[in-house]
Amino acid sequence: MIDFELSDEQKMVRDTVGAFAREQIRPAARQADEAAAIPPDLVQHAWNLGLVRGPVPEKLGGFGDQRSVLTGALAAEELAWGDLAIAMHVAAPQLFAFPIVEMGTDEQRQRFLPLVATDRFTAAGAATMEPRYDFDLSALATTATPDGSGFTLRGEKCCVPLADEARAFLVYAREEGASNGSAGGELHGLQAFIVEREASGLTVVEREKNMGLKALATYQLKLDDVKVSRDARLGAERPADTARLAAQSRVALAAMAVGVARAAFEYARDYAKERHAFGAPIATKQAIAFMLAEMALEVDAARLLTWQAASMLDKGLKALKESSRAKHYAASVALKVTDNALQILGGHGYIREHPVELWLRNARGFATFEGLAIV
Amino acid sequence: MIDFELEPQVLERTKFFHTVAEHMMRPISRQYDEQEHEEPREFFETIWKGGARERQASGESGADRKGGARNLTTVIMAEELCWGDAGLFLSIPGPGLGGAAVAAAGTAEQKERFLKRFKDGEPKWGAMAITEPGCGSDSAAITTTARREGDYWVLNGTKIFCTAGQRALEKSDGFVVVWATVDKSAGRAGIKPFVVERGTPGVSVIRVESKLGIRVSDTAAIMLDNCRVPLDHILGSPKVEPSGGFKDVMATFDATRPIVAAMAIGVGRAALDFVRDFLRDQRLEIRYAIAPTRMTALERDFIEMETELEAARLLTWRAAWMLDRGIRNSLEASMAKAKAGSSVTRVTQKAVEIMGPLGYSRKYLLEKWMRDAKINDIFEGTQQINLLIVARRILGYSSKELT
Ligand SMILES: Cc1cc2nc3c(=O)[nH]c(=O)nc-3n(C[C@H](O)[C@H](O)[C@H](O)COP(=O)(O)OP(=O)(O)OC[C@H]3O[C@@H](n4cnc5c(N)ncnc54)[C@H](O)[C@@H]3O)c2cc1C
Repeated sequence: MIDFELSDEQKMVRDTVGAFAREQIRPAARQADEAAAIPPDLVQHAWNLGLVRGPVPEKLGGFGDQRSVLTGALAAEELAWGDLAIAMHVAAPQLFAFPIVEMGTDEQRQRFLPLVATDRFTAAGAATMEPRYDFDLSALATTATPDGSGFTLRGEKCCVPLADEARAFLVYAREEGASNGSAGGELHGLQAFIVEREASGLTVVEREKNMGLKALATYQLKLDDVKVSRDARLGAERPADTARLAAQSRVALAAMAVGVARAAFEYARDYAKERHAFGAPIATKQAIAFMLAEMALEVDAARLLTWQAASMLDKGLKALKESSRAKHYAASVALKVTDNALQILGGHGYIREHPVELWLRNARGFATFEGLAIV
Repeated sequence: MIDFELEPQVLERTKFFHTVAEHMMRPISRQYDEQEHEEPREFFETIWKGGARERQASGESGADRKGGARNLTTVIMAEELCWGDAGLFLSIPGPGLGGAAVAAAGTAEQKERFLKRFKDGEPKWGAMAITEPGCGSDSAAITTTARREGDYWVLNGTKIFCTAGQRALEKSDGFVVVWATVDKSAGRAGIKPFVVERGTPGVSVIRVESKLGIRVSDTAAIMLDNCRVPLDHILGSPKVEPSGGFKDVMATFDATRPIVAAMAIGVGRAALDFVRDFLRDQRLEIRYAIAPTRMTALERDFIEMETELEAARLLTWRAAWMLDRGIRNSLEASMAKAKAGSSVTRVTQKAVEIMGPLGYSRKYLLEKWMRDAKINDIFEGTQQINLLIVARRILGYSSKELT
């Protein structure tokens, strides 16, 4: 049945996280970008919201919440509305925890979930992206070669969040010799491997410097014949449906793109009503008013596409097409809306006193990040 | 006769500017982007010395000089140098927009007096300040005042976003042309340009902005606190009359908008060249004449980007060529600026996307070009203001009829 209304619980999540983003994240954003660092206190406060621990079973230190992709998207939009780099930092451990919750074996859950289900923020993440212009989730260059007792991992990764502090990663690789459809759903051959920080052959290379997301510590990773046991493969003998994981992660990315776009739209809207030129608020010029109108409807359209995919995933459907288009659409909306917002501020938008240029730099990142990458 | 081929002399110059861009600008591009408020002294010295002969010969900034292919050569130079680095291009010592204002509004004696400093000695900068905290596009709304007091004009107000303002006032014996109103009730007619030189009592640089891009270019906020300038520093006539003064600034836009358009094109071309070279290294050649059903998305994007850039370039060349021929070009200058500003913003954004994580990384200059490109959609008339000018002209509406 068609319904566009959030449940009471979802409204509560949105409002709580929204208030946190407004009161704590937004005021810290500029300084974090300039200093390329996020205050640990802020990260801890965000951790206390329980977004990562929530779906972890109670007996493993979590809250045993029923996980909902849609509710997750609401939280992601709010966090990113505050600041994308901070949002991605606090969400990074989800990349490690959620796939294990959903697709790990009992043994994997018992061994690794307590790592992240604690009172203190714990860094963990996933290594997905590769430093190539033609990075493609369905054709990774990083390989996992079966070798009798387990697998040997080889390759290079980039944009790995918090790699320096992380205790463990999920490393995504193309499993060699995996037969069609046997694993990974539509992304057959794509598998995730739990790799601990100390694994020999794993090197965390330098911290990356990007145009945006400067506050988020991301790293390049090298995997030189990293040997892992057979049990390290997510799901062990029952290989994980990584296509589903990728779809969930695309929804989170899309929701964050919506959050950034909404932030820029609201800022530009308020500015345009305040700023006068030629004797009237610039918002009264159709050139500006129509730009704002389009920004508003594009933000809503992107959000609805995102919710559609999220809702399908919550029903256990694949949402391959829906999650992909939501992510691509939201990424391009985020770019266009932040660019327009900068334009509406004119010269003032180009100056780092206003947050708009920061949102533009961050928004451009969405095209680069694929599902499973950063959130 | 229609011809799109550059003359041999112009081509020679192009090659020269390209060498400067490649060997003097590119190697320091990243450094002065990251170390935002540092000065590329060595670059300034070298380029100043290199330009000495030319400055001697031309007296420079002769925006009023007609004949030859001066404006066309200038836009081609701007494209080449901005292919190197747009921020460094804007930072090159010289008379700049301040000089252009002197040339457009000053008397022969004033031109000689204020511009001769650029012929020799240490590197110097000229700058132009019209924008204020409360107004940018609506430049006729400025609130900085000039009051006559004995042998001086006394200026009061705040100017922002003045390109090379700090270099003009604090780092060299330069000047800023400050626009101020001598009679608020007279509107535009009361707005006059004043040459404020380094060391003038009451002028100070209060801030240098931190920006998204073109970071090496200094963008200064300037305070005029009972700033006393000698009477003969008002450019042109002090009389409040409908012609002259403000109208003359507007005329300088006809010459400077094509330059800004060319700057944008230079940045866009840098991005395209980078992507093309990179793809070529991956043994990927763009196939131009194949069926749309066989063309890859990447090829389609690339060809579209290249076409947008070429369209912008042709509009720009036309606007500059008209100026060289002494034909009024306000419409065409605004067309070029509007087209180049928006196309290059899109082209550079797309280029970053095409290159994936490599595009987003500060290891390469591509992401910087995307940040640099955006300024061309803002200064020298925003995208909207230039479209407004085009719209008024094609519709035959006055600035009162179409706002
Ligand atoms: C790096 C940099 C360097 C600069 N250098 C100089 C310099 O050397 N000297 C100098 O004097 N200035 C300089 N400027 C200022 C620049 O020219 C102004 O920023 C520009 O003219 C826009 O003015 P504004 O920023 O006040 O925007 P506003 O005028 O406030 O415009 C805000 C928005 O409203 C839109 N708008 C305004 N009027 C209309 C209308 N009638 N119809 C439709 N839309 C409208 C604009 O397009 C823009 O999108 C510089 C600016 C920057 C950022």
